[in-house]
Amino acid sequence: MNTLLTQSATQLPEAFRKLDPRHLWRSPVMFLVLLGSVATTVAAVADPSAFTISITVWLWLTVLFGNLAEAVAEGRGKAQAASLRAARTDTLARLLADDGSESEVPATRLVVGDRVVVEAGQVIPGDGDIVEGIASVDESAITGESAPVIREAGGDRSAVTGGTRVLSDRIVVRITAAAGDTFLDKMISLVEGTSRRKTPNEIALSILLASLTLVFLAAVATLAPMAAYAGAPQDVVVLVALLVCLIPTTIGALLSAIGIAGMDRLVRVNVLAMSGRAVEAAGDVSTLLLDKTGTITYGNRQASRLVPAPGVEQVELRDTARFSSLADQTPEGRSIVDLALAQGADDHDLPSGATFVEFTAQTRMSGVDLADGTEVRKGAGSAIAAWLGIEQPAEVHEIVEEISRSGGTPLVIGRKDSSGHGTVLGVIHLKDVVKEGMAERFAELRAMGIRTVMITGDNALTAQAIAAEAGVDDFLAEATPVDKMAYIQKEQEGGRLVAMTGDGTNDAPALAAADVGVAMNSGTAAAKEAGNMVDLDSDPTKLIDIVEIGKQLLITRGALTTFSIANDVAKYFAIIPAMFVVAYPSLDKLNVMDLATPQSAILSAVIFNALVIVALIPLALRGVRFRAASATSVLRRNILVFGLGGIVVPFIGIKLIDLLVSTIPGLGS
Amino acid sequence: MTDTLGGLLTIALLVAPLAATYVPLGDYMARVYTSTTHLRVERAVYRLSGVDPDAEQGARSYATGVVGFSLVSIVVLMAIQFGQAALPMDRGLPGVPFWMSFNTAVSFVTNTNWQSYAGESTLGFTAQMAGLAVQNFLSAAVGIAVAVALIRGFVRSRSGALGNFWVDLTRGTIRILLPLSFVAALLLVAGGVVQSFADSTMTTLAGHPQVLTGGPVAGQEAIKELGNNGGGFFNANSAHPFENPTAITNLLEIFLLLVLPVALTRTLGTMLGNRRQGLAILSVMGLLWSVSLAITTWAEVGAHSPAAQAAGAAMEGKETRFGEWASALFAVATTGTSTGAVNASHDSLTATGGGTVLVNMMLGEIVPGGVGAGIYGILVMAILAVFVAGLMVGRTPEILGKKISARQMTYVALYTLATPALVLVGTGIAIARDSSADAMGNAGGHGFSEVLYAFTSAANNNGSAFGGLTVTSDFFQITLALAMLAGRLLPIVLVLLLAGSLAEQGKVPVTAGTLPTHKPLFVGMLVGVILIMTGLTYFPALALGPIAEALT
Repeated sequence: MNTLLTQSATQLPEAFRKLDPRHLWRSPVMFLVLLGSVATTVAAVADPSAFTISITVWLWLTVLFGNLAEAVAEGRGKAQAASLRAARTDTLARLLADDGSESEVPATRLVVGDRVVVEAGQVIPGDGDIVEGIASVDESAITGESAPVIREAGGDRSAVTGGTRVLSDRIVVRITAAAGDTFLDKMISLVEGTSRRKTPNEIALSILLASLTLVFLAAVATLAPMAAYAGAPQDVVVLVALLVCLIPTTIGALLSAIGIAGMDRLVRVNVLAMSGRAVEAAGDVSTLLLDKTGTITYGNRQASRLVPAPGVEQVELRDTARFSSLADQTPEGRSIVDLALAQGADDHDLPSGATFVEFTAQTRMSGVDLADGTEVRKGAGSAIAAWLGIEQPAEVHEIVEEISRSGGTPLVIGRKDSSGHGTVLGVIHLKDVVKEGMAERFAELRAMGIRTVMITGDNALTAQAIAAEAGVDDFLAEATPVDKMAYIQKEQEGGRLVAMTGDGTNDAPALAAADVGVAMNSGTAAAKEAGNMVDLDSDPTKLIDIVEIGKQLLITRGALTTFSIANDVAKYFAIIPAMFVVAYPSLDKLNVMDLATPQSAILSAVIFNALVIVALIPLALRGVRFRAASATSVLRRNILVFGLGGIVVPFIGIKLIDLLVSTIPGLGS
Repeated sequence: MTDTLGGLLTIALLVAPLAATYVPLGDYMARVYTSTTHLRVERAVYRLSGVDPDAEQGARSYATGVVGFSLVSIVVLMAIQFGQAALPMDRGLPGVPFWMSFNTAVSFVTNTNWQSYAGESTLGFTAQMAGLAVQNFLSAAVGIAVAVALIRGFVRSRSGALGNFWVDLTRGTIRILLPLSFVAALLLVAGGVVQSFADSTMTTLAGHPQVLTGGPVAGQEAIKELGNNGGGFFNANSAHPFENPTAITNLLEIFLLLVLPVALTRTLGTMLGNRRQGLAILSVMGLLWSVSLAITTWAEVGAHSPAAQAAGAAMEGKETRFGEWASALFAVATTGTSTGAVNASHDSLTATGGGTVLVNMMLGEIVPGGVGAGIYGILVMAILAVFVAGLMVGRTPEILGKKISARQMTYVALYTLATPALVLVGTGIAIARDSSADAMGNAGGHGFSEVLYAFTSAANNNGSAFGGLTVTSDFFQITLALAMLAGRLLPIVLVLLLAGSLAEQGKVPVTAGTLPTHKPLFVGMLVGVILIMTGLTYFPALALGPIAEALT
């Protein structure tokens, strides 16, 4: 809250600058308030009184508060843009000619297709793909992540971004974006909001707000002759005050701030949306395509179970499995050790004289030879049986089959003692481990009406097992980019909006076709160009966050619209009796808030109307709290809070303000 | 039997047949508008008028049909009134003055049936039957056609076509309105309503001869109620004993004016393939209607004003044949359905009762609204509700599988803007004229209510008169006619464009994330949006009329 106060104070001059009618014209509601403020100013100058002056001041404050909301929202992006600009220093590029000679040119002169050399310590002069070499790159200028990343020629990790720094080695980069059109440039203009355009839903809402404004304009304008007929002609100040209170100023003032803040929330989770339209689409997404590896599972197979062969003690299998894997540095090997330890194995080293036998494609086994001549191997069941020279026991065969059926990988452990006598000890169940909490997350998504689809290169059997464990709604096994594309098109034909992540060049068509295509920053330039969002952290799990942020944006917009309209009820009860109580004393019965005088009643409504904008700035910037739940329960809660709350709150607020205002001489009785 | 018991029994006797006809009539109407076969008589009509009945129309073409048909009808109806002296059975009446005939023509073509003339002393039988009664059928059929076109907009996917206006118009008239009103007319005749082709002369007790205006009343009465027209054969409308002789015909007439709007919600549900949606819409209408009826009945029966208390009952302007309960019931039904027929003088209702029937119209004629007009009116409000509150579920708004984006919102916003603007601006201009004070039957708040009521009734195509206001001056003839014309055609054109834009879209599948529009939560939300939007628009004007009066 304190930071918000500081931000508001810093942005105050900007709020004044935004009083420019050419700027306010973008919001018809606030433009009308501006016109009203000018009108009351003229009236107040002509006929100054405590009432007219107070109304005028508060009308100007109403406009100013709206401007402030927008300025604060924009200010957050500007700070970020400034730090990005620092990365866009004027670097000199080492341009590589066709004959291999180098020349130094300013980075701003680079054109698409140029090849440049970058060596350790140098800043990459522009966006491009590495065509030669491999390097570790510090991308903290863009991602804020200090750990360097590896970028290499060919494949899906070849893209580099201008403004990032090469830490080691030498690479040749082919420039893919002209100066001024680079990723960094786009990012700066995005976070600054300079390229911000109204999104489709914002336009539709603006149309509604404009028509409401016109209805109220008609109601107030025609009230003048009606009031004159009733023998209670109204001052222009009072009519303007009524109009401003009725037109949806709350949402009108906060609408653009809500949109900017939504984009900003994405930036904070290190996702850049290329357009506000994409953020809105994220809220509408009903199908999520998620890559299995890295998103749903940890990405490597891990030991999950040790199944002893008949007649073998669990403890013996456990300890032998650990021994055989102690020197095995593969993730699978380490996971076997971890599992054994978790099951209570002693944490001691291999006895001296033991030698590790590495996995080879020929033997299809790995293991350890002990000093006493005992040999232990783990590997595919057939390989172990062949090595031991015995038939695989039927029970073990069954276990192996069962694990295979469930989509796991069975590793059989065998032992040969110094006399050459072989035993099958049991089976290690290796499987793709689903990340913790994924099943709950998918259940939440399902409650929100979103289908999750797992994309994997695994065969159907394995895919089905993991899909069932993770709780996704559907899966696409042995998926090729063409399959992905076909799946997206099928979903879209049914009217569903699809979101996906991707990083490879062959993902580009699907990313472009998806309604929300999130490209990984580590991906190729083609993928980043095709998607409408870029995840700087290259974390595919974030797709879920993106959907939630999209929904939150729409909910905030709807909630404040509802609140704004519901507020009007109380304002009528404050202002209408105040206007006509002289002509029709019976209307005093409508003064349910028991406001002190007609003047204090009208002024209190105007003050409430202005203050509520300020009070809601934090909510507009933070967004309405979002819970994953069905549409019905989300709606019920929000209608209660913002609909009913919107009706009740101003009754209390206006009353409290009136208690203060009525103490001012000339306004109270 | 006490009045209360009798009143409640009347309501029960009204609701029972409405419930009984809901399913068969609603489904029958759905079949009428989805059937692919034509009756022989319909084929003859299409051949005569050169219409290809199997050609589909887009939104623009459909709207051009409606507007063109309405404008031509106005011209024809004016001509009939002008030249009625040359027509048979003219009862010796002269041609109708220009602006009065304009007002009347617009009034009947727009299904408003505002009457600035007294039927018995202005129009001959031919003008009544060939002119007004024909429009009673056609204007009602137009209303249903537009509603059906909007429903098709929701049903169809990736198609710009909304059906064929001429086919919908013909079928609505021939398959629905004609047979139903024929049966209704027989029932009314059986109940004692006059059906003749001559005036009769009788000798009074004092021995003097007196001419009793007769005429083909029953036939016109049936479609007057059934088509939510409301233009009475006689000036006294359904308070006239020849139009509405007994408590039974009174109940029958109330039933007739409610039966189609109520059953059309079933048609909506059936055509959408979502019957619960039809019930949800009916619930919204029923809820608002019941509250309105409760308030009006309470106000009228309670005799809350000092004058009424002194007299023992608020009987001013009411027929003793019907009493307070049946008068309140008729008043709420007629204003809620855009009928505008009256069996009591609304000017004489209590301030609260008169204000409530005024609000019934301000709601936009959706409780349950005019034939067809109620359906498209409430669907537009449903879109508005979905747009405002629908965002709160975290998706861009959609209803019945259709996205509500800027284009749809433009039509909806203009629709919701049009009628209130006509009412408010019309009232504002009228009240600002010095001469208006002379036209008002009362001074102060009640006089203001008379003007407000007139423009509300005209712009919402209700047609009922508060009374008290003299509307025969050219100013009122012209402004009210324009209010009726714009209040009818603007919304219709907007609804058809909306329907076209919906039909062009594909369908969004329903998921757990979709805002359900057939559940009680949405019913409550829609009721809230309708009340708040109406309240916010009209509260200042109401405060200066009925509210100021009622609180006194």
